[in-house]
Amino acid sequence: MTNKIPHNNLLLMTDVYKAYGEKVVLDNIDLSVAAGELCTVVGPSGCGKSTLLRLILGQERATRGEIYVDGNPVGYPDPQRGIVYQKYSLFPHLSVLENVMLGKNFTTGLPDRILHRKRIQEEAVYYLEKVDLAEHYQKYPHELSGGMQQRVAIAQALIMKPRIILMDEPFGALDPGTRERMQVFVLQLWEEFDMTVFFVTHDLEEAVYLGTRILVLSQYYSDGRDEETCSRGAKIVADYPLARRAESTMVKATSEFGDLIQTIRREGFDPDYRQHVTDFDLKHPDAFQTLTEEEMRPNHVAANTDRHSKTE
Amino acid sequence: MGKIPRFWGVHAEPTKLLRLILALLPFAVIVTAYLIASHVRLEANPSDKLTPSVSKMVEAVGEMALTKDKRTGRYLMLADTLSSLRRIVIGLGAAAIVGLFLGMTMGLFPGMNSTLHPVVRFLSIIPPLAILPILFIVFGVGEVGKIVLIFIGSLFVITRDIHEETRQLPREQIVKALTLGASQFQVLWQVVLPQIMPRLLITVRLCLGGAWLFLIASEAIASTDGLGYRIFLVRRYLAMDIIIPYVLWITLIGLLMDTALRLVVNWKYRWYVASQ
Repeated sequence: MTNKIPHNNLLLMTDVYKAYGEKVVLDNIDLSVAAGELCTVVGPSGCGKSTLLRLILGQERATRGEIYVDGNPVGYPDPQRGIVYQKYSLFPHLSVLENVMLGKNFTTGLPDRILHRKRIQEEAVYYLEKVDLAEHYQKYPHELSGGMQQRVAIAQALIMKPRIILMDEPFGALDPGTRERMQVFVLQLWEEFDMTVFFVTHDLEEAVYLGTRILVLSQYYSDGRDEETCSRGAKIVADYPLARRAESTMVKATSEFGDLIQTIRREGFDPDYRQHVTDFDLKHPDAFQTLTEEEMRPNHVAANTDRHSKTE
Repeated sequence: MGKIPRFWGVHAEPTKLLRLILALLPFAVIVTAYLIASHVRLEANPSDKLTPSVSKMVEAVGEMALTKDKRTGRYLMLADTLSSLRRIVIGLGAAAIVGLFLGMTMGLFPGMNSTLHPVVRFLSIIPPLAILPILFIVFGVGEVGKIVLIFIGSLFVITRDIHEETRQLPREQIVKALTLGASQFQVLWQVVLPQIMPRLLITVRLCLGGAWLFLIASEAIASTDGLGYRIFLVRRYLAMDIIIPYVLWITLIGLLMDTALRLVVNWKYRWYVASQ
């Protein structure tokens, strides 16, 4: 199944491979994400979720394939793409306010930086208010709790108005209560600022709750390639549009929510459940695949039965 | 659980007072041992020079510190101290500045690292004292030779430490700065440098011991003033009454420098201390 490629979207990846030496991590990834989407990515640990994010960020280079943001091929990291990491997002030697002002200071010429210091400061305070931290502006990162640090990191990225904000397990180190508050909070900011977010997490519940679209990245699938000769990496095995719902966390208790999580767990996280590449659950209208002829062939039966008879 | 042990074993919790007493104890032992030895030896031979009495040392210090030297018209101990301090501050200070920039550029820019790392490693292995004759031949026996010895002796240690520290800055920070629109120069100047500064001060602190060694060695071999020069000069007359106070004085200066650097780190870089 080869859909029409949605060329006009904010983010476009075609035929992207990433390999470290012999080991293939990402295997022929095709992805297109529209502006305004809150796209979450889940998958088993080590499947390459963070690698995918780093490719979009420009922190790493794809081995093969094209990546475009706003129609331009991605280069090294720049203000077009913002990033919030799980840790190390803040600069420990700067106060909260200075951390948020930093981007503006980097990009403002020296004379303007001095003349408009007040304005830059006010802008930073505005974003700090948005993340409920205005009263902590003088503190240093080590004086803040984990959740507060991540809120500063989000404000720090937001002030640059990036086309897309990438988040790499931003709440992975937080306790469950804080984590849930942060989720609600991201949804509010996303709505208010019309952000486009690419959100990597290993927490299925978080991904389904937050996303307007969920991608499942997994190495558990099958295709027509010969297992003996080919090293496989992860592919997007499922791609669902999610309804934009009320922000209440109550939704997590509904049965639909639980069912979807069960389906995704089976499709992406079960090593014994291997869908063929042509049967992937790619429901989102922007989903497309550019499979090679070899991949589209039925499973490499001979090799498979061979192996089974050996093990039995 | 019985009584909390105060001294013995891994569970010991010495009280504040006990800690103070314990800290002073070794000093008291050393001083007492010296006083006894001095007393016994002077009893046997009043003109013994090896273990002068405290009053003898006070007298000698008075002469060195408080009376003008007849030949030069200077207070010798002050003049010695100032000469030595100047050498160590210039030598170690220059090594800190050069080492900081070498280490940072090597740590941040892979091209610079490939160029400089092997040669810095090679040079850092050369025992600085082994090249002292070369320095004296090239720069003469004046101030320059001694300062260069301290500089070279400290430079490579500092460079390697700063290099290592820069490399250990999370890659995420540099990427983050780039996404905030930083130029590569701004990354070096505003992200790396301020975070490396406290580490530099700590490295300089650790280099103080080596710097003093190089200072005393070069002053001992060729000099006309300085603390090391004085010790080796009066050695000819077995003047232990001058040598011992000078050694204590050098130790005290070293201790003060060490404490000053530590206080600067604690005061100026609280975020660094807190995150260690």
